[in-house]
Amino acid sequence: MVSLKEVIEKLSVETISTMTSLERPVAGGYASDLLSCAMKGAKKDWIWVTLQSHVNVVAVASLVGLAGVIITEGNRPDPETLARAESEGVVLMVTPRSTFSIVGDLTSLGIKGDEGG
Amino acid sequence: MKKEIITVSPDTSMAQLKEVLRLNRISGVPVLEGGLLVGVISIEDLLKALVEGEAQTPVRKRMTTRPITVRQDESVVEAVKKFAQYKVGRLLVVDDQGHLAGILTGGDITRGLLEAISLNYHAEEISRYRARHIFEDIVSDQTSLILRYRVKGKDFKSGGTASSKLKRALNRLGASPEVVRRVAISAYEAEMNLIIHADDGGEIVAEILPETIRLTVTDEGPGIPDVERAMSPGFSTAPNWIRELGFGAGMGLSNIKKCADSMSLESKVSVGTVLEIIISMHPDLGEGPISAK
Repeated sequence: MVSLKEVIEKLSVETISTMTSLERPVAGGYASDLLSCAMKGAKKDWIWVTLQSHVNVVAVASLVGLAGVIITEGNRPDPETLARAESEGVVLMVTPRSTFSIVGDLTSLGIKGDEGG
Repeated sequence: MKKEIITVSPDTSMAQLKEVLRLNRISGVPVLEGGLLVGVISIEDLLKALVEGEAQTPVRKRMTTRPITVRQDESVVEAVKKFAQYKVGRLLVVDDQGHLAGILTGGDITRGLLEAISLNYHAEEISRYRARHIFEDIVSDQTSLILRYRVKGKDFKSGGTASSKLKRALNRLGASPEVVRRVAISAYEAEMNLIIHADDGGEIVAEILPETIRLTVTDEGPGIPDVERAMSPGFSTAPNWIRELGFGAGMGLSNIKKCADSMSLESKVSVGTVLEIIISMHPDLGEGPISAK
């Protein structure tokens, strides 16, 4: 399985919170800017791609037990959000690229999403 | 660190040093003069001296005079840095007057960290053990644990706080990951509904029984005119600025419905809303899908 470290290196995303475990496997991927959808669609140990950068992103990531969140299109969380991410042990990454292009790269790394059905 | 240390004086001969190292089965010793650390001498120094026929030379002439030290009030992190920087197997620990206080090895640090980790682990284990046995230890005809969480209206920054606390509590109580996931999602959606819609917020009460968890979410908010419609996926009354934050997708109640074994929603316009969610502790034995009143 692809590790968080490989994702960070291959996609050149910037890490902005403490990497508690670089070797953590990324079991799947999900993309949406709607928090309720992420809550329902993302699974434990998955990676979530979104352009939302406010503090509730951390709450969702922590409740679902995500491996990490990639925040796209140059959005950056405020210090309060970062502090919350640290205290909840949530891994946040940022990139200037779009959600579409990040998801494309994640897919070519072999990370899959829910196939539906 | 080790505090009982074998040392030699600068006037010890290399031949005597050989006996000290041999008898104690060690590979080097600190050199002390008047209690102060003046150097360190190793088995390598000894071998070179012997090869050169200098068995009677005093240690003073052969020792390394600036041994790598760490002050006893420095942090372990500093010590780890020095191990990495100088690639040494041991560090001499000195007090602020330069007196030798002990010897620190890489093994000491590893052992210390392992102890700290195991203490932490042990503390969490005890919390879990106590929590898991609450239903066995406290006997009544029906024991339940009630957890109340106050949720403030319009306080987006705190969104998810109550659900996170509830999630942690259930983990400690030993609920299965699937049950914890369902409760966490339901509680989060309900919590966000209170924040978004009820100006004065509301309360989430989790009643934990051995077999089920009942969440009762109450508010004195605006009420829901058409409950049926509110339950349908995609329907939302959230204003635009809230939608821009990624809330108000109209998925909250239907998410809860998917997670719950049963759910009921009662609401009166301008009086308030009561949402009750029941989730079985054993999802496989659950009553199956969902009835909404």
